[in-house]
Amino acid sequence: MTALLDCKQMTRRFGGLVALDGLDLQVHGGDILGLIGPNGSGKTTFFNVLTGIYGYSGGTAAFDGQEITNLSPQAVYRAGIARTFQRSRLCLPLSIFDNVMIGNHKRLDQGLWNNIFARKRLRQEVESGFDEARELVRIFEPRLADQMFEPVANFPMIDRRRIEICRALISHPRLLLLDEPSAGMTHEETRELMDDILQVRERIGGLTIIIIEHEMGVIERVTDHCVVLNFGQKIAEGSYREVSSDRHVQEAYLGAE
Amino acid sequence: MSTKPESGAATRAPGPALLVGLGAVVLLTCYIVAFLMSEDESVVAGLIVAAGVAVLGAYVLGLLQQLRAAYRDHERLMHAAILLGILVVAWVFREDHFTLLMLTTAMLYMTACLGLNIQLGYTGVLNFAGASFFGVGCYTAAVLGSETAIPPLLILPIGGVMAALVGSILVIPVLRTRGHYAAVVTIAFAVLFRTFLQVNDALGGPQGLSVPQMSLFGWGFNSNIEVGDFYASFYMNYYLLALLLLIGAFALTRRVERSWVGLSMDATRIDELAASCFGITPSRWKITAFMLGNFMIGVAGALLGMMISFIAPANFTFADSLIFLSIVLLGGMGSVWGIALASVIVVLLPEKLQMIQEYRFLLFSALVILVLLFRPNGLLPRGRRAYFPDWRPR
Repeated sequence: MTALLDCKQMTRRFGGLVALDGLDLQVHGGDILGLIGPNGSGKTTFFNVLTGIYGYSGGTAAFDGQEITNLSPQAVYRAGIARTFQRSRLCLPLSIFDNVMIGNHKRLDQGLWNNIFARKRLRQEVESGFDEARELVRIFEPRLADQMFEPVANFPMIDRRRIEICRALISHPRLLLLDEPSAGMTHEETRELMDDILQVRERIGGLTIIIIEHEMGVIERVTDHCVVLNFGQKIAEGSYREVSSDRHVQEAYLGAE
Repeated sequence: MSTKPESGAATRAPGPALLVGLGAVVLLTCYIVAFLMSEDESVVAGLIVAAGVAVLGAYVLGLLQQLRAAYRDHERLMHAAILLGILVVAWVFREDHFTLLMLTTAMLYMTACLGLNIQLGYTGVLNFAGASFFGVGCYTAAVLGSETAIPPLLILPIGGVMAALVGSILVIPVLRTRGHYAAVVTIAFAVLFRTFLQVNDALGGPQGLSVPQMSLFGWGFNSNIEVGDFYASFYMNYYLLALLLLIGAFALTRRVERSWVGLSMDATRIDELAASCFGITPSRWKITAFMLGNFMIGVAGALLGMMISFIAPANFTFADSLIFLSIVLLGGMGSVWGIALASVIVVLLPEKLQMIQEYRFLLFSALVILVLLFRPNGLLPRGRRAYFPDWRPR
């Protein structure tokens, strides 16, 4: 079976620094892949290269059989890859509804003329979009579904994370990239959020996830498979149990004796 | 367009909030009439203080909240009331050249600032050359009006198109630079534009050009309206046309905001990188906003040129661009009503208080600084986006 995402020799250099060094990585459809490694090991860089924010210094990536090397962020999104950010990047002055609909961009009519003059059609789109967005938000937190027009700035971190994940999910991506969803939250909140994500995954069949996480408890609980990075290279791969007992991984985290 | 209220809340019986709303419009109309009638500067100053006290009092009594509710729930009715108020003011001052000129100027400034608002308030494109694009509209009206037989009404949109076209030479430098650097590009353009006008003899050089009047179906706008016993100043022609333009600009701005386009523009302004990761192309929206905004500024400029009938490079300086921008900042970025209020303040205040005329830049800069310090979102901050005023999802 071919992989949903297939990265070969992916490399990214910043001047003399090699942030990603010939990374080979495959994800199969429906899997949850945990991406772990010490700070500065290239995890977020991998997301940024994959989603087109940074160019490739070398290597290729294919998604669902389609070449996505060096595509723009817009094209990667249209191909069906959506992401969240390590430090939440919502539009704080805008409402929950607005923020979620930003993620739905590819399915909305963006024509200037239609938006200004075809108001009846726009209204249908707004109404059906609203129902869909609210249903999605409701899965995460019913309380939020009743406050769809409140500015995001009024909500605590855990709710913002939920909204950010809804923004990524509303367009029905095939692959979801979660960049440290537990950052800035308590253990209890993180647990809650992970429950939500697992629940959503069950509802949206076929969703594949790559998750970057420092909380090993989270990784152990949700992932099918783990890849460990250090200095931009893959140093171990396997189930959480396998990689956590790997000598190279322990050295990377704790230092060699 | 269908206006049938479909969801429950829109059919809600008109409550006390609506009374407050309509009362506020009546009061405001009376206030503006009184303000425009008063000749004595101490009376004017007294009225300004009274307005401040009244707003504060209304806030304490919770009436402002009701006013907001009235506007939210009965937008069409409130719009109709406000329009009626504007027409009443025109009726009262129908014979007064100077007052009508002032009010028309305020409306044309408002139209131009709604254009700036699409650029700065929605998309975050800082344009320090607003007065230059206003000037492009004026000069287009002057040249086309005197050199060609194009009907003057058609010259207005051509003025807008010219402003957008001239603006398009700035698109690449504005897209390539970010933040303050993009602003510097437009400042440079504003300075260059004025110099260009001054040295260009074909456009009248420093002396400027005269602009032929507006005319519609053979009716020249520079003649007073006399029908039997009825008499009205010729500025009434311009007042009514400017009002139509303003309504158009207002509706356009509103519809842009209340659509996916407005949402994409907001996303572009707030976080370009995150927007890109969700398929939004920031450059597309920056170009759209810049062109559309300059078009609106150009149309307003063309009509203003026809009204004042004489234009010179000194009318379109960098300082005038700053006035435009300060209207947007004072009123509140993205807030159409804020801009309406701020245009009235910025245009009428110096005319009524002659003593501040010389110090008006000082006063406005102080006012902008105060507003940015204490009300960073402007005098009337932008509300949440209501895609359709009568849409109440439950």
